[in-house]
Amino acid sequence: MARIDLDLAHAYRPDPKEDADYALLPLKMSFEDGGAYALLGPSGCGKTTMLNIVSGLLRPSHGTVRFDGRDVTALTPQQRNIAQVFQFPVIYDTMTVAENLAFPLRNRGVAADRIKARVGRIAEMLELNGQLNQRASGLSADAKQKISLGRGLVREDVSAVLFDEPLTVIDPHLKWQLRRKLKQIHNELKLTLIYVTHDQVEALTFADRIVVMTRGRAVQVGTAGELFERPSHRFVGHFIGSPGMNFLPAALEEGGGLSVAGQPVAGAVDAVTGAALSRAEPFALGIRPEYVELEEIGDGSAHARPGTITGTVAQVQDIGTYWLVTAQAGPHTLKARLSAHARPPAPGASIALRVLNPHTCFYGADEQLIAAATVAAAQEGLA
Amino acid sequence: MELSLRGVSHKVGAQQHLYPMDLRLAPNAVTVLLGATQAGKTTLMRLMAGLDRPTDGQVLVDGTDVTGWPVRKRDVAMVYQQFINYPSMTVRDNIASPLKLRGKLDRAAIRARVDELAAKLHIEMHLDKLPAQLSGGQQQRVALARALAKQAPLMLLDEPLVNLDYKLREELREELGALFADGESTVVYATTEPAEALQLGGYTAVMDAGELLQYGPTAEVFHRPASLRVARAFSDPPMNLVIAQGMGDRLQLRPGLELALPGQGGVTVGVRASALRVSARPGDIAIRGEVELAEISGSDTFVHARTEIGELVAQLTGVHDFELGAPLTLYLNAAHVHVFDAAGLLTRAPERQGAR
Repeated sequence: MARIDLDLAHAYRPDPKEDADYALLPLKMSFEDGGAYALLGPSGCGKTTMLNIVSGLLRPSHGTVRFDGRDVTALTPQQRNIAQVFQFPVIYDTMTVAENLAFPLRNRGVAADRIKARVGRIAEMLELNGQLNQRASGLSADAKQKISLGRGLVREDVSAVLFDEPLTVIDPHLKWQLRRKLKQIHNELKLTLIYVTHDQVEALTFADRIVVMTRGRAVQVGTAGELFERPSHRFVGHFIGSPGMNFLPAALEEGGGLSVAGQPVAGAVDAVTGAALSRAEPFALGIRPEYVELEEIGDGSAHARPGTITGTVAQVQDIGTYWLVTAQAGPHTLKARLSAHARPPAPGASIALRVLNPHTCFYGADEQLIAAATVAAAQEGLA
Repeated sequence: MELSLRGVSHKVGAQQHLYPMDLRLAPNAVTVLLGATQAGKTTLMRLMAGLDRPTDGQVLVDGTDVTGWPVRKRDVAMVYQQFINYPSMTVRDNIASPLKLRGKLDRAAIRARVDELAAKLHIEMHLDKLPAQLSGGQQQRVALARALAKQAPLMLLDEPLVNLDYKLREELREELGALFADGESTVVYATTEPAEALQLGGYTAVMDAGELLQYGPTAEVFHRPASLRVARAFSDPPMNLVIAQGMGDRLQLRPGLELALPGQGGVTVGVRASALRVSARPGDIAIRGEVELAEISGSDTFVHARTEIGELVAQLTGVHDFELGAPLTLYLNAAHVHVFDAAGLLTRAPERQGAR
């Protein structure tokens, strides 16, 4: 097992000049020893490039890869002692399940009784112990992929185990069980695991820390809770969550008040947030649909409620397990998610939308998080 | 247009692909065909399009029997899973091709229509490129724009978003919902995903193993599934199903754990994952168990638990952390459950607060 430090960039063309020339923009990142990480992002974001650089399949055009402080940039995957699991099963059809699992150990001359114990343990974890003496060729795709997972995990002395979308071929109904297995195995074996996926459920469920990537850049490394509560980049706010975070233009008014979507908002931001915002104009307010609170304004008159702007209901969708309300505040669209047991407002209704509360984030023109709201006046809530 | 199927069935050799069904699609609205792979969705669409002829029964368009009519005599637009475009034509020419073929519009009008559609689907900056220069999501937008350009009274879409990643799917679903809401075409949209049906709204036809199980407004079918089979097909995560014993004025889930609902004999209690909570409210029953896994999607956490009444999945809003194996108590209110009788038919559904 190893701690992995990256300080590098990668371009497939020589002499890169602008951002678009890089598959991976210059980055510094560490994977802690024994951690479970996911690299998450849309296709073309650079996640597979990063994985291949960690494994040694690809040598970065700039910078270094270090394992426990040792420069391994020029080393092969074998020399780095990396185990890999791919999208599709890679197994020997003519061997039994046990022989397949034992293969990586036998190759390295591990003693027979050690092999037996280790294969038994991995097979038990993956619930393959009933099939150990069966030939691999007759097994289902699911079972074959489990063998691939097992072969990736069977060696105790690897620096890291890398997974490239390993559950693609697994039947959707069985996926959660394998996710659970992988999580259990990580808890027990404490291997350094790096997992590439474009599926947010897979990433957020499996990993302790998720690296969110877009256009060759790692925009945030954090726990699932951090990515949801405090996206450090607008892309994370948009990409994590369905629907993603709402963004509204905001500005500081004379005298320190806040205006959002062109409307003054009662309840001043605190001094620290205010100072950060005043340095950052223009900026945007970000709030997740789960955290927007609604109240109908019966007669349409907007007496200022703390932390709210006013708008009209454009659409109400019954998504089964929740209501999705789309509201219009001037030219700006805002989504709010209400409990299935709540009574949603009717389309066309005038509403107050509470956008300033402890979950509110602010983003600068560079799309980075400037500050998170700690707004005393807004904590009181809607009456 | 109004498309109806009367006693339509389809057999290939001795294999029954579709069992006899009657279906009158809501005109100028979206109908989602929802079912697992092999449920018969594509087979049914091919009959609707006229690509195949039903073994029995009739296909009617606005009351006219079109059963034997070939596909080119029907006015149908289709979009498939694969992104199908003309590779040697620019995006503009791809979208314009059905309009040129029809020959009703002059060049300026075609240009204007293509610009309008491209803007709606956010591909206006790619009009002079070739499809191969675009990403998968953009290529499928081109195929969708071409299908929309046809302005066919019937539009059939067979899992059009399945090959795109989830954020793109989410965006396109929303855009498609808005485009279909124009009410210009009768739209049939096949999908395996319950969430897709709910997001598109409109009407849903639930299919399973070649049978049409239920048809109605999407939200109504979701909230009042007529049978266990519909409930299974139309839920993600799966509806929790617990065998219970009717004791007259209450349903016993296990000795000492009862819901205050009337019932006699063996019934199945259906509990949507979203009906289970981790904090108690007055009138709740408490179900004890332990965490098997918390699956996190971002907006939701799906907690798989092993409990005193079997495996349950609870859906919680937002991100929640649970240790594997941690003790967990789930809370449930009798008002929020479905009840199915011994034959698997719905006898009770939760009342909808906000339903109007």
